Amino acid sequence: MSTSPMNWAAIDADPRFQALHRKKTRFLWGLMIFSVFYYFLLPIGAAYYQDLFKMQVWGPVNIGILFALSEFVVAWLIAYIYARKAVKFDAMAKELVNDAHRIGG
Amino acid sequence: MKQRIMGATLAGSALLLELASNPAFAAGGAVEDKFKGMTFAVFGVIIAITMYITYWAAKHTHTTSEFYAAGRTVSGLQNGWAIAGDYLSAASFLGIAGLISLYGYDGFMYSVGWLVAYITVLLVIAEPCRNIGKYTLGDVLAFRNDPKKTKTVAALSTITVSTFYLTAQMVGGGVLIKTLIGIDYEVSVISVGVLMLAYVVFGGMKATTWVQIVKAVLLVTASVLLVIFTWAPYGFSLPGFLQAVVGDAKVQAQVAKLLGDAASTMSPQELGQRFLEPGLFLKSPIDQISLGMALVFGTAGMPHILMRFFTVPTAKEARKSVIWAMVIIGGFYVLTLFLGMGAAMNVGAANITAVDKGGNMAGPLLAQYVGGGADSMLGNLFLAFVAAVAFATIVAVVSGLVLAAASAMAHDIYVGVIRGDHATPKEQVIAARVASLIVGTLAILVGIAAKGQNVAQLVALAFAVAASSNLPAVFLTLYWKRTNTYGVMLGMLVGAISAIALVMVSPNMTYPRQVAKEAQKVLEGEPAQAAKPAQAAQVGEGFICELFAVCKKSEPAKHATAEKPAKPGALEKLAKLKERLPAISDAAEKTKAEGDIAKLEQDIKKAQDTYAKAEAEKVSMVGLDKPFFLLRNPGLISIPLGFLCVVLGSLLFRDKRSEAMWEELYVRQNTGIHAEAAAAH
Repeated sequence: MSTSPMNWAAIDADPRFQALHRKKTRFLWGLMIFSVFYYFLLPIGAAYYQDLFKMQVWGPVNIGILFALSEFVVAWLIAYIYARKAVKFDAMAKELVNDAHRIGG
Repeated sequence: MKQRIMGATLAGSALLLELASNPAFAAGGAVEDKFKGMTFAVFGVIIAITMYITYWAAKHTHTTSEFYAAGRTVSGLQNGWAIAGDYLSAASFLGIAGLISLYGYDGFMYSVGWLVAYITVLLVIAEPCRNIGKYTLGDVLAFRNDPKKTKTVAALSTITVSTFYLTAQMVGGGVLIKTLIGIDYEVSVISVGVLMLAYVVFGGMKATTWVQIVKAVLLVTASVLLVIFTWAPYGFSLPGFLQAVVGDAKVQAQVAKLLGDAASTMSPQELGQRFLEPGLFLKSPIDQISLGMALVFGTAGMPHILMRFFTVPTAKEARKSVIWAMVIIGGFYVLTLFLGMGAAMNVGAANITAVDKGGNMAGPLLAQYVGGGADSMLGNLFLAFVAAVAFATIVAVVSGLVLAAASAMAHDIYVGVIRGDHATPKEQVIAARVASLIVGTLAILVGIAAKGQNVAQLVALAFAVAASSNLPAVFLTLYWKRTNTYGVMLGMLVGAISAIALVMVSPNMTYPRQVAKEAQKVLEGEPAQAAKPAQAAQVGEGFICELFAVCKKSEPAKHATAEKPAKPGALEKLAKLKERLPAISDAAEKTKAEGDIAKLEQDIKKAQDTYAKAEAEKVSMVGLDKPFFLLRNPGLISIPLGFLCVVLGSLLFRDKRSEAMWEELYVRQNTGIHAEAAAAH
């Protein structure tokens, strides 16, 4: 790839880049905060809501085990949701990459 | 030339293997002597495969990009397996299955954080780093900050984190191999070291990547097979399997042992069910949150993980690789639930701890059990296979770490700082190989010097330093406009130093007075205790008291305990036994008594030595009687401190370059314009 000088400030100011930045920031913060919150529910629940975690719902399987297993499912779901969304971000970025030399040039 | 050295290394490792299989060097261990030949054959096959990979990789490793980043030609799927191979250390492979086998639910809960950590890597770190970085953490930070200053600090932090992790791996690996097959500790450490040096020095990242892939595939195959064998008798039903665990007498006995007095009022069924409930191992929620923070933010700051994202051709492949890694790593931890529970029920906690106190042998012993037990050919073949996977695990993880530390030394410090980025491509590759040789040799020496040390906490410390130093610097450099050189330097230094300092005064260290007390208990026993009434939970004097030993900490409620008779110490027991010995007439009983006496004398000698040593030392390494910081993991304090210092340093000082480069960095990290391209082949 050529490394001819680019007008980075102009690309940064481009409304399409700003739109990408806004969408990405909102989406990533939301997902990140949710995942950290959901993860810390596990140790907090295991320490302070033991009666709930001990409730047996499926033979010997209790809520605690199901909740720990749900942590795995949620982590994979987050990865899946992000992968789906990232395709859209990729398309938005691609447009900018194609036009990069012309912007502000 | 290279080929000839490779051949010599190969011959060297063959010699080591032969040396290792010599009974003089390999006595004891979980594998019985008559099955050792088979074990070494399995080891030999795995070593031969990895050596062939190294030979092939060495032929394709000439440039810096090939050495550090495998020419950026690794696919997302391949890199996902390699990340799993890099990340699933023996501690997680054997350690977590062991924790589950001994403590049930808490062990499983412990494994969750290791997967959740990858969400941070996926969402905020992998792609931007791939877009603006080249080979190292230092490259990412130096993009907009002062290159020489930030590369120096980044290299220091990388080397610190890698050294902690590497020492834990070398020492842990040496002990593990000794426990499994009885090879001398030093011989194990040297074998691991020599193999790792061969992979890294000759094959660079390409060989390391493929060794990690092979290891991850072997590990997953072994685990899937074991789980199938363990779970199949219950028709692959989760409640059916767990019902068997709950109903197992060995599991119930283990819970009764863990609960002590509280178990006396519980039915066997209740005891078994308790194994599936929290609280048998992890008792301090604040400590768990602290460790959780270190994992969730530390993984994304681990230099050897970060480095893996420079091996793929694009940011999109970097994303794919994290997703694959999450599938493999998460799936693996779900399997360990069955491995651990299966070992608890089939092997039993008592048999597991008889070989290794930490429970590391749960997986290998389960393998032996499902194959038909300790005397069967198949059982020992399975055990040999799992032992070989453990060995492959150690070399694969160690190789990744050595490469990360060597890249910091050669690429950041030598090429970046000392040569001011003016080294020729040839010089760079030589520097990289020399640095790998130095780091690898040091790893072997440190491994041998640290024999017998308790290094388990070093892994948690490595994550804490990465989370408190590397992550705040990288994250804010990538996402916060005002971050600059001074913020990065201040944050990284304060984050790393505070994490290390807190651990130095934490319960992880050895406190001789406590050790002496324990030894005294062994020798002299415990006096009788009067019955104690139940005690209500006590509220502490504030949150700070839960963290530092400066005021009264809260205490959980205590059950009432019955009167306890005095427990005799070893000295008293010995005296009584010796008194009784002449009166014993039965020959069998007499031999037993003599054996007991010998064992007691050994225990006494050990306790006396420990006591004398502890009395002489009096205080911990930094001169403390008892821990000042009450958590085992410093993350809760050092991570926010690291972030805070990056912010403060950036606001207090100005750096024109950091400001001027922001737009370029932000556009490039988001779009991938001018990202380092894959080598054209």
